[in-house]
Amino acid sequence: MNLTRWQRPEITTWTGFGPLTSLRDEIDRLFEAPLFELARTSQLLSGWTPALDVFEDKDNLFVRAELPGMKKEQIDISLHDGSLSISGERKGESKHEEAEVYRGERFYGRFQRTVTLPTAVAADKVKAQYKDGILTITLPKTEEAKPKHIEVSVS
Amino acid sequence: MKSTVEKEAAQPVNGGRRQEFISPEVNIFETPEGYVLEAEMPGVGKEGLEITLEGNEVTIVGHRQPEPQIGNTLFRESHDADFRRVFELDPAIDTAKVVARMEQGVLTLTLPKSERVKPRKIAVD
Repeated sequence: MNLTRWQRPEITTWTGFGPLTSLRDEIDRLFEAPLFELARTSQLLSGWTPALDVFEDKDNLFVRAELPGMKKEQIDISLHDGSLSISGERKGESKHEEAEVYRGERFYGRFQRTVTLPTAVAADKVKAQYKDGILTITLPKTEEAKPKHIEVSVS
Repeated sequence: MKSTVEKEAAQPVNGGRRQEFISPEVNIFETPEGYVLEAEMPGVGKEGLEITLEGNEVTIVGHRQPEPQIGNTLFRESHDADFRRVFELDPAIDTAKVVARMEQGVLTLTLPKSERVKPRKIAVD
């Protein structure tokens, strides 16, 4: 017969330096993480770094940024010397100020991201759209920057 | 925190293959009237949202709008994966009166508390 000592389920066994160990693991992980991942981790220290994508097709460059929960007016886009800057500020709603906060993972405050555009664009034809928390900027390439097909004539 | 705690999300099986999800960042507030939960799900529209209330659990799933793949990707930081997170609800919440609103990639769930929280009787067979 096998008798096991019954233990009250609500009594949790002492697990040693559980939280401490996990903190150490976390720090180890931080040092082992590749640089780009570290940059994302440091969001907590440096503020908000919205995810940014850059695409291109034959005629346009597309820049896409994840900016959930903003108002159109809070987003600022500028083009200067071949660099595109997206900046803005997200404000918390004042109606929640008196409420008890259980979780506050969302970031509020200023952000700025800048990309150097790989080709020349027609600054006066740039369009921006904000939908479902995603900002999409369409930057038409200048005629000179578009890929050209050159016919080779043999004489 | 005794209520509205996050539950460990069970890995759903999708055609025998494990599907990857991103856990959205949330804010949870408690007011005398109830709870407000905000979840950040950029790229998810109203039609991509799936909210399931089961027992005292609420599951939030956000399917991203499939982005039309345009040309070449030069630089990419965003993810394709859908969002998913499970929360355990305070029994005081009146689940029949939960309201969801989706605005610019942020889901706001309003979870009002019942008018009076009734003591529960457990029948013994």
